[in-house]
Amino acid sequence: MDKPLLSIRQLSVDFVTESGDFRAVDGLTFDIPRGKTVALVGESGSGKSITAQAILQILPKQATITAGQIVFHDPNRDTGVDIAGLGSDSAAMRGMRGGRIAMIFQEPMTSLSPLHTIGDQISESYLTHIDSDKAAARQHTIDALARVGFPDPQRALTTYPFELSGGLRQRAMIAMALITRPALLIADEPTTALDVTTQAQILELIKELQVETGMSVLLITHDLGVVANVADEVVVVYRGRVMEAGTRDDLFRKAQHPYLQALMRAVPRFAMAEGERLTPIREVKSTGLAPGGAPRRIATAGPILQAKDLTKTFTLRSGWFSGQLRTIHAVNGVDLALPAGKTLGLVGESGCGKTTVSKIIMRAMNPDAGSVLFDDGSGPKDVHALQGDALTAYRRNVQFIFQDPFSSLNPRMTVYELLTEPLRIHNIGTPDERYARAKQLLDMVGLDQRVLRRYPHSFSGGQRQRIGIARALALEPSVLICDEPVSALDVSVQAQVLNLLKDLQSALGLSYLFVSHNLAVVDYIADTIAVMCRGYIVEEAPKTSLFRNPVHPYTQALLAAVPDPDIDRPLNFEKLRADRFADPSQWPAPFRLAPGEFGHMSEIEPGHKVRLGTAAAKEAA
Amino acid sequence: MIRFLLRRFVTMCVTLLIISALVFFIIKLPPGDFLTNQIAELRAQGESASVAKAEFLIKQYGLDRPVWEQYMVWVGFMPGQNGFSGLLQGDWGWSFEYDRPVMEVVGDALWLTLLVNFAVVIFIHLVSIPIAIYSATRQYSLGDYIATFIGYIGLATPSFLLALILLYYMNRWFGVSIGGLYDAQYAGQPWTWPKIQSLLTHLIVPTLVIGLGGTAAMIRRMRANLLDELGKQYYVTAKAKGLTARKALLKYPFRMSLNPFISDIGNLLPHLVSGSVLVSLVLSLPTVGPILLSALKTQDQFLAGFILMFVAILTVVGMLVSDLLLAWLDPRIRMGGGR
Repeated sequence: MDKPLLSIRQLSVDFVTESGDFRAVDGLTFDIPRGKTVALVGESGSGKSITAQAILQILPKQATITAGQIVFHDPNRDTGVDIAGLGSDSAAMRGMRGGRIAMIFQEPMTSLSPLHTIGDQISESYLTHIDSDKAAARQHTIDALARVGFPDPQRALTTYPFELSGGLRQRAMIAMALITRPALLIADEPTTALDVTTQAQILELIKELQVETGMSVLLITHDLGVVANVADEVVVVYRGRVMEAGTRDDLFRKAQHPYLQALMRAVPRFAMAEGERLTPIREVKSTGLAPGGAPRRIATAGPILQAKDLTKTFTLRSGWFSGQLRTIHAVNGVDLALPAGKTLGLVGESGCGKTTVSKIIMRAMNPDAGSVLFDDGSGPKDVHALQGDALTAYRRNVQFIFQDPFSSLNPRMTVYELLTEPLRIHNIGTPDERYARAKQLLDMVGLDQRVLRRYPHSFSGGQRQRIGIARALALEPSVLICDEPVSALDVSVQAQVLNLLKDLQSALGLSYLFVSHNLAVVDYIADTIAVMCRGYIVEEAPKTSLFRNPVHPYTQALLAAVPDPDIDRPLNFEKLRADRFADPSQWPAPFRLAPGEFGHMSEIEPGHKVRLGTAAAKEAA
Repeated sequence: MIRFLLRRFVTMCVTLLIISALVFFIIKLPPGDFLTNQIAELRAQGESASVAKAEFLIKQYGLDRPVWEQYMVWVGFMPGQNGFSGLLQGDWGWSFEYDRPVMEVVGDALWLTLLVNFAVVIFIHLVSIPIAIYSATRQYSLGDYIATFIGYIGLATPSFLLALILLYYMNRWFGVSIGGLYDAQYAGQPWTWPKIQSLLTHLIVPTLVIGLGGTAAMIRRMRANLLDELGKQYYVTAKAKGLTARKALLKYPFRMSLNPFISDIGNLLPHLVSGSVLVSLVLSLPTVGPILLSALKTQDQFLAGFILMFVAILTVVGMLVSDLLLAWLDPRIRMGGGR
């Protein structure tokens, strides 16, 4: 009985679409052994998810399995079944789908129905596959919810997905997948949409459950850090073919295939040497940089952009029928300073207030208290007091790069229209000059000038993000606010865009406020890093000293939770088990903040500041 | 919940008050009214006896008073000839054209209208939902194209034309006269079983004619909604759970796609009354539509005003019902806030 649980042999999946037919999976062959975790690694479009969908026979309508076998050796039965030969809606396939092979997905928000309770959706899975009554299903659901770490499983039965955090939603998905005790769990990017600390907890949960049930896991991911931490075996795919496969140690220690080597060089790591550059798989050459010779840098006495004591609260009504109001303290006394020509990284998990800060700086939102100062060379001025021409000049000087390269470009405008729109709004240049400027901008971001007539939909994510950067540069700004500019991109493309941003900075003397949840990315690009949690800046330091000597417990937890693509530096799950590190009133003294208390920043070494509670400050005094 | 209902009730009352004022003043906008027009006509014919009666009615209903006073009396805020007797007190007024109380004029027509249009709504949903589900799940198949084609024909055919054609052929082929809502012999008779049977057979053609356009539109919208939902991740999850295709479809995407239709109930209710005037005229259905039309033409102010107010009340109540239903069906609306 040493047969692998699942053997895929020469699997091919073909797509028939209006824009032409193509082969998404091309002769794929690999095994999933019993009780092991196999990671399927590759960029988007490499056919990883299609492979998973083929195993469950839930392929989109345009796709068909055209060749090969998917043999499933169910441990409860003697003979193997070739899934590829079963009908998608046949009883045999339905019994296996969800019963013996279960799947969890990337987006825990959208993969649960918003109209049904968690309890309903989980017990449905049980009732579909196991012959039992409602009461038994309910009890099993409570047990499953308790097992995946719901604090109050009884109550969770009647909650709706939108009432839960992303981490709890993904836990509910896992409970739903595992309630039938499947032999194989397919996890399609299960943690990509989650914060790093939550990601670590979910990964640990999957590992624990695997030990308990002896199931196999097929983990689909593009994150080599995750792979290094949880996989037993790794299969690297590119364009529907296996590039390299083997045990984790083999692959990480001596990667043979140039594609895997390239992929590894493209991921930002903590242990990178000062000045070391990432190597994207496909480098873009930025031509035409610094056309006017020396960079146009504004000479300022102090920082070019400064936030002083920003505070913002939101009031929410909780539901139609209740008149109750909730107050959310989104930003609590935030101080930031961005020196000219430098990069300030703002790091924090979702909901910590980093986007609110960037919106206040853009003057898209007014703070309750505090001010934003911008220095265009003539001394710092309060941004929120600007009017008329001065405000227009500020808008020219500070530009934004958005997270989602798909929704931030109007699909009905050509690249030419997109790039020249800022110039038209600000009445700059004649049509001929704008045309020349658009071509120059494309050169800067390494795109061909011939793309001017094309629409955004014909570009890949990375290309679109480069168009977004070109648009932000159209007005020759001095400050760029980048809100998670690479988090929607593949690792290979991520390296490309990060390098481009670095090159543009040194050529044009730009200052960046770089907002991200990814510590490794911020480490690569930023000079100074500010860590934000629950609306507070908890620690701020030059990057070397922050990573060498993180002082605040939240910073430490954040650093510990980032999976490093280095198998000699595994995640320390123990440290991340408790949720306490994200709650200011649970921090150990002297960091503890009572509700409503702001504390103060205390400098522990030059440039390295950390927030302490007022109680601690009194003791020190 | 109670606070929500109270808030809604107050806004509803204010809305209705504004609507009633608008309705009344717009009806009164053209110079003269039913009675002064009639008096002029009678004078020309030299019938002074009738003129006296009309002038008596003018006094009786205070038509010689300023418009705003007439309005106050009509609604029931101010005492008229018979003390406080307006809409609020349940007195719907007097129809000059029919020379009867409004209550008697519209009484039967009102509920027959509701009946016809209720049948239409049921017909639309029963026919269009299955076709829409078929079309959406088999997008770009032959069946989808056929359903789409028939749908476009349904949308493009003027309903009164279809009514005329059916009127002719039903009579010619089956010998059925389909004008009216029951055979002429039952007019004014009490409701007996044969009369109800006659009513039911007469209902078929109006339902078909009035419902066709709505069915076609509903198929298109339902199909589009459902197609959006079919691409969503939670549907893949449902399938990955091992549910049968049918169960997964009906429990998840189908339910999601119903939301826009529930919000439409508010528009649907008033449409029940005023939507099918042309067809009612052609088929000589004893519904409110034709009565409203002639009342507006002859400036029969209390009759027209009452029917319009009735439509307004249906609209406001319909909106409330659809909001409550939405909140009941969609927990995001019930519990989510501020997002």
